[in-house]
Order: sequence, then structure tokens, then C-alpha cells
Amino acid sequence: MAYLELKNINKTYGQGENETEVLSNINLKIEEGEFVAIVGFTGSGKTTLVNLINGLIAPTSGEVLFKGKPVVGTSHERGVIFQNYSLLPWLTVEQNVIMAVKAAFPKRQKSVWKRKAAYYIEMVNLTPAINKLPKELSGGMRQRVAVARALAMKPDMIIMDEPLGALDALTRGNLQDQILNIWGKDKRTALLITNDVDEGIYMADRIIPLRPGPNATLGPEFKIDLERPRDKTEMNDSESFKKTRNAIIEYLMGIGEERKSEAKKEYVLPELTPKDFVNQFR
Amino acid sequence: MKASIALGRVTKFIGLGFLTSIKDLFTGKLEKEDFKNFLRKAVVPLASIFLFLGMWHLGSKSLYNIEAEFKIEKALKDQGQAAAEALKTCIASGESSCQPNTLPSPAQVWESFQSLLRDHNIISADKAAFIEKTAALNEKRIAAGKDAIVYTGRPSFVDQIFRSLQTVFAGFLLALLIAVPLGIFIGLSPTLKSAFNWFIQIFKPVSPVVWYLLVFMIVKTVLIGSTDDSSFTISFISVGLCSMWATLVNTAMGVSSVDKDFINVAKVLKLGTFQKIFKVVLPSSLPLIFTGLKITLSVAWMVLIAIELLAQSPGLGLFVWEEFQNGANDSNAKIIVAMFAIGIIGFLLDRIMLSIQNWVSFDKQDAI
Repeated sequence: MAYLELKNINKTYGQGENETEVLSNINLKIEEGEFVAIVGFTGSGKTTLVNLINGLIAPTSGEVLFKGKPVVGTSHERGVIFQNYSLLPWLTVEQNVIMAVKAAFPKRQKSVWKRKAAYYIEMVNLTPAINKLPKELSGGMRQRVAVARALAMKPDMIIMDEPLGALDALTRGNLQDQILNIWGKDKRTALLITNDVDEGIYMADRIIPLRPGPNATLGPEFKIDLERPRDKTEMNDSESFKKTRNAIIEYLMGIGEERKSEAKKEYVLPELTPKDFVNQFR
Repeated sequence: MKASIALGRVTKFIGLGFLTSIKDLFTGKLEKEDFKNFLRKAVVPLASIFLFLGMWHLGSKSLYNIEAEFKIEKALKDQGQAAAEALKTCIASGESSCQPNTLPSPAQVWESFQSLLRDHNIISADKAAFIEKTAALNEKRIAAGKDAIVYTGRPSFVDQIFRSLQTVFAGFLLALLIAVPLGIFIGLSPTLKSAFNWFIQIFKPVSPVVWYLLVFMIVKTVLIGSTDDSSFTISFISVGLCSMWATLVNTAMGVSSVDKDFINVAKVLKLGTFQKIFKVVLPSSLPLIFTGLKITLSVAWMVLIAIELLAQSPGLGLFVWEEFQNGANDSNAKIIVAMFAIGIIGFLLDRIMLSIQNWVSFDKQDAI
């Protein structure tokens, strides 16, 4: 039995004439301990897919199964790292993390909460900034707080929605390593949503492209059998890396071409000239 | 150095940042490139104050002349040459009985201000003496189970100000206690929102005078048979009801428009309803709630004058009305003093609210 399973998922927004199908016929299986990446263009319905899996929204049809049970609402078992950090701006780094600890372990003592929060903040190397407000932190630091907050609930699975999308390349690389390190320690199941193919290959065991929406659906999967820990410079020379990378990019480009040719449809504009209001009222 | 930073903070805080620049000028700290800044922040406001006083002075002088000429001409027509001459010399001599009654000049207002302060000193001395004199007697009366004798003399201008502040704070507190919880409920529940929307839209624009009359109708009946003076109760309830709308609307808006990301966080952390409201919804809507409270306090202070006047409740409003009815020589000047007192206190109240807002909410705002 798969750890997380999506069966024939459809998701539509709106009703009647305005109805648009964002996701259609999504099927996905993730095994325990696996690191899966879903790669897609912006606007292809990635965030909708994430929200379905973490339980923020329900599918129009189909089923999301987590550990064999259907997903109803959110759960502490699935930690989420949001694209835009979503830290509460009036709380310090510590308070933001403690909030998650408290939510997941409501019956413990205050000192336990503090210790656990401190542990996760240390894990993402933010101990010096523990009493700072989010607005006093850089983008990368904020995202690390979000990582600590998600981990602090001790989730069985981590869902990351383009967690590094808004960061510069250097910070991005650093954080990728940090996340991999943390993941490597206890091999939790992880799902990464990204628009960066290299990031997907560097981090994941499997990559699944998402064909862009409306009617977004998952493409064929690509297995990445590079050995861990992976080295970025070594990887760039590896033949199998190049092959997979080219295959995925070609696939995505192919979709892009398809999209363009669809967009080439000619629209005939009606012959209209504006009325001459000025002279009419003279 | 530390003290000067603290001073800078305080003056900037109360919106009088230019005072720091003036201090810097004397301590020689002002750099050349700061000179432009100094001009804008210190010289321009001071110059505009002098310009204002000058225009006021000239305006009141010309109004005075119009009034005087009219008076003399009237005396000439009605009573003849001799009466007109007598009036002319009377006006020129500055005799108070024949002064033209019009807009007072800045100097007259200043003079009235000082006379009000002197009056206050006399009254408070009188009051202190009275309390001292009756202290022993009151002890006996209380021991015997009778009411103590209280001072019932005329309130001074300063007493009136404190009375007004009491009314406004009572009204503000009432508005806060009604509008904030109600606003939270309305903001959280679309059902309540549609239930209350018509109510808010209809009652929001109602004038303070009408609110006063409504409250009067109700309180009069509720307190029927009571011999106590109900004017304070009526006026503070009216002030509260008049001014609570801004807070109600802002709170409801703040609560219903919490960032969706924060709500998602609350959902992912599986916070309970109570926790969600107190940990996420309220903190994130605090800036808007405080904007509402700030408007409420300034509206409360503004309508207070009219309501005190109607309710005959002691305070600045009644003071202004009594001076107007009084028609004494310096009444007009006293009204202008009251006007400045109202304005300055209103400004200070606004600053206090702003500082509380900055203290409690994450979204810092600069003093405007």
C-alpha cells in the first residue's frame, strides 16, 4: 500500500459557465520515505495540488488517501511549507515555531515547548535570530523559519510548495542542502513542488512533470538513481544526470510547443470604429 | 546624548518634531545639509503660526471697526450728535460697557485665558478651604449615618475640561465595549453580517442631536423616580452611541479580511476556533481596529460639545453655551479659549491613541 495515494483526482473551480477544470485525472503514488518532486510551469495548478494533499481543499471527484485513509481536512501528520513563508508577522521566530509545537503537542509543559522550538530553530541555524520578528529577517531566513515550523509538528510527511521559489540562487542552493540534510536524518516522506528541473533532480528520487492547466494532469515519471549524498558539480558531469535533465526539459518544452500552437489560433476582431461623440455634442 | 535622543523621540512622538530641530540649532548640532530640513520642520510651522495670528489680529480689528462705526452711526441717528460723541469717546477709552461685541483679537483671548486660570485658582482655593472647614463636621455626619456635605460651588474652566474628559472616556469605553466584540462577531459570521448590515447603514449617519434625543427618551423612563442628575449618564451614552460606528465597521472589516495565508496557517496547525480568533484573527486585524478606535475617539470628542450643550451636562460644551448666553464683555474671548482647549485636547487624544496603536500592533505607523 502506498503511503500517499491520489486516485483519479479532478478539481474544478467555479460553477456553470464559469467552471474551469484545474486538475483532471491525477493519479499519484508515493511510498514511505520517498522524496518525490513535481515539476511544472507557473500557473499549472501546482498549488491546488498541494492544497488537495494537505487537506486545505477537497477534490471535486476522486480520492486522496494518506496511509490508506481518506484525507479530510488538515492534519499534523502532514507538515506544509508554503511558497510565501506565511509567518505571522506579529510573532517572533521563536513564537512562530512554538505555535506549531503547541498545536501538535498541546498537553506538554511550556518548558518542553520552548526546548522543542529551540531544537528546530537550531536545526535551521537560526538560533541567533530567535527573538527577531519576520520583517527583520531576509527571505532565506524567513523560509528557514517556515521549515522549522513545519518540522516542529513532527509530521510524517513534508509537503513543500515551491519553498525556494522566491530566493536568490546562492541562498537557494544552501537551503536545498539544509532541507536534504534534515530529510536524510530520519527519511521522512517528502513531496516537493517546484518549477526548477535541476532542483528536482538534485533533491528527489522521482520527478513527475505536471502538464499545465486548465485540465492539468501528471506526465510520465522520471526516476533519478543518482547516489546520495549528491554533489552538484559532480552531478553536472554525470551522463545519467544530463540524460534525465534533457528528457524532462524536452518533455516540458514539448508541452510548451503544444501550448503555443494552440495559442496560434487566429481570432477575428469585429470591425468597429468608435462613435464620434465629440462632434455629436458640438 | 542619551537624553537628547530620548527628547527627540518624545517630541517626534507627539508630532512636535520641529522642537528638536530648534534645540539642535542652539546646541550647534545642526549640519549644513540639515538646514533645509530645519527650515521646513521648524521655521515654516512657526512662520505659519505667526501669519495666522497676524491675520486673526487684522481681521478682528477690522470687524471691530465695522461694529464700532455702525454703533456710532446708530447713536447719531437715534439720539443725536452728543450721544454719538459720548459713545465715540467711550469706545476709545476702552470702557467695557460700550465695547463693540465681535470676534475677539488674539490679545483679548490670551487675556481671557489668563483670567480663566486666575478664576480656577480662586475656585480651587475656595474648594480646598471648604473641604478643610467641613472635614470634621463630615466625619461626624458620616458616623451618624448622614450624607457628607459636598462643595457645590461653580466649577472652574479646568474643572469643566476634566468633566468633559470624563464624559468622553465613559462614552469611548462604552463604544469600545459594544463595537469591538460586535464587530468581531459580524466579521466572523457572514450570517450576522447580513443581519446587522441594514442596522449599521441606517444608524451610522444619524446626527448626534438625534442620538441624544433617543437616549434621553429611554434613560428618562429607565431612571424614572430617581432623583439623581441623569445628565451625565445621558450624555456619555449618547457620545458612545454616536462614535462607535467607525470602530464597528473597521473591526468587522479587519476581522473578515484577514490574509488568507494566515488562515491557512491556522488550518494547517489545526488551531481551535478560540485559538484561531485570539492568535491569528485578532492580532492581524489590530491595525484596522485601532484605526477605528482612533476615529471613534475623535468623533466622541467632537460630538461631546454638542451633546453636553443639549444635555445641560457640565463640561466644555455647557461652558461654551453658557458663555454665549451670558453675553458679557469677555464671553466671546472665552468661547475662543474653549475652542482652542477643545482643539488641543482633541489633538493630544489622537496622539495618545496613535502611541497605544504603535505599542500593541505589529504594523507600525508613522505619526501623521
